[in-house]
Amino acid sequence: MELTVLYYLIPSLIMFACGIYGFITRKNLIAILISLELMLNSVDINFVVFNRFLFPGQMEGMFFTLFAIALAAAETALAIAIIINIFRAVKNVDIENLNKMKY
Amino acid sequence: MNVVGNLIVYCIIALSIIVFSVMSVTSGKILRAATYLLFTLFATAALYFQLGYEFLGAVQLAVYAGGIMVLFVFSILLTSKPGNNAERLTSKKKSLGILAAVAGVLVCGFALVNHFAANAETLFNTMINVDMERIGHALMSTDKFGYLLPFEAISVLLLACIIGGITIARKR
Repeated sequence: MELTVLYYLIPSLIMFACGIYGFITRKNLIAILISLELMLNSVDINFVVFNRFLFPGQMEGMFFTLFAIALAAAETALAIAIIINIFRAVKNVDIENLNKMKY
Repeated sequence: MNVVGNLIVYCIIALSIIVFSVMSVTSGKILRAATYLLFTLFATAALYFQLGYEFLGAVQLAVYAGGIMVLFVFSILLTSKPGNNAERLTSKKKSLGILAAVAGVLVCGFALVNHFAANAETLFNTMINVDMERIGHALMSTDKFGYLLPFEAISVLLLACIIGGITIARKR
């Protein structure tokens, strides 16, 4: 049995589906952010796997993943700043209580 | 590297990716969900190491598992009381979420299996080492396959992110 590209894409696909499920069903804002990180991570895996199997002499997918990791770090830091600000205003971070934009 | 050992390592990585990502979105406590996300990120870094991208695996470990997870744990402990089991994490839209996830898996899995069953490249006749010197030269060059402009753009973005984070989260 040889490891082909399909063997690496299937766990990534399942990880992305878990991210979709969590993004729809979670109530807590930080749990939604965790699901978002799962989706970003599975896309990173896809870039690396396509680079390794389809274009093995180049490094484009690797650099795309590198920059995507940096973007994910920036996005998470800003999102957590916003969540903490919301927590100061509303006293919890459930999305069902966030029905007003201005306080 | 022999084929059987690689297969065993692959099975461990794939199983831990699947199991920990499912547990990360179904776990009832938010701190446990963050811990399972950490294990998923570790398994992803192991996948990068297995595919031969050592630098990328190290970046994944340092930035994701080191930086982002610390942010997550800090914000979880700031915004919710630990040991508080009363608040539910999932809402009533569970069937909608399961429907979306299963439909996505079926459609994408069907397309993947259909497309890659015929032309399947194997790993070990295409293994080319990506050494650190090539990565450094590509990151700092302005040639055709150089990445100096995105590198500088990312640095400006990180500066904007720092300023934005301070501006949003400071006390007024």
